[in-house]
Amino acid sequence: MAGRIRVRASLKGDMCEVKALMRHPMETGMRKDPQGNQIPAHFITEVVAKVGDRVVMQAHWGAAVSQNPFLGFEFSGAKAGDEVAISYVDNKGETGAGSAKIK
Amino acid sequence: MMFQSRRSILKMGGALIAMAALPLRALANFVRNDAAFTATGMDDTFAALGAEPMDSADIVVGSPDIAENGSVVPVEISTTIPGATRIMIMVEKNPNPLSAVFEIPEGTKAAVATRVKVSQTCQVYGVVEANGKFYKASKETKVTLGGCGG
Repeated sequence: MAGRIRVRASLKGDMCEVKALMRHPMETGMRKDPQGNQIPAHFITEVVAKVGDRVVMQAHWGAAVSQNPFLGFEFSGAKAGDEVAISYVDNKGETGAGSAKIK
Repeated sequence: MMFQSRRSILKMGGALIAMAALPLRALANFVRNDAAFTATGMDDTFAALGAEPMDSADIVVGSPDIAENGSVVPVEISTTIPGATRIMIMVEKNPNPLSAVFEIPEGTKAAVATRVKVSQTCQVYGVVEANGKFYKASKETKVTLGGCGG
C-alpha cells in the first residue's frame, strides 16, 4: 500500500522552504515485540523531491531515521504555484508520495 | 537485412533489460553505499565511504544538548563550505553510525533537517562532502531515554 507524505512548501524571499512528514514505522530490525520475536526491519531507504523534472533533494536513509520521518530543506529558483513532489521507497519496495503547491 | 533486424532485436532486448532493472533504483540517480550504512563504528563508516574527514568550523550541527527521548532527536546540519554536494548524519554510538545521506543538487541550500534515533549519549556528526573532500563537525547530545527501544 502506498503511503502518504504531507508536504508544505512556502516561499521565503527567493528560497522555497520545504517541510515533509512521512508516515512510516522505520523499524530498525533490532527491536523485539512483547513475545520476544524480532520485529523485521522496515524503513525508508530513499527519498526524492522534485519540482517538475528538476530534482531538488534526494536522500538515502538508514533505519536510524526516526519513526514518521521529517525532512526539511530549502532550494532556490522556484515560484509560487509550482508543485513540489516528494516520493519514497522502503526496504520492502513499498512506496509513498505526496505533493504541495508552493505558497 | 538479416543482420540489421538481428541488431534491432538485440537493441530491443537491451532496452527491455534496462527497463526491467529500473524499478530497483527508480527514485534516485545516485547509488546507495550499503557498506557505509551497515558499518559499525565511526572509523569503519569513514572507511566504507573512502573518507578521511577533516574537522571543519564551517559545519553547524544543530541537535539538542539533552534529548529526553532518544528515538526522536531533531538534527539540523548546515554548511557554508563551497561546493558541498553531500551532507551525512552520523550518530557515533548507534549500532550503525550512518543515519542518512543527503544529496544536495545545485540550487538547493546545503542545509537539511530531520529527526534521528540516538541510542545513548554520544557525539552527533555532520559530515560534508565537497569537491571529493570530506569535512566533519560534531556536537554531543545527552540521551536520558535510549532510542533503539526493546
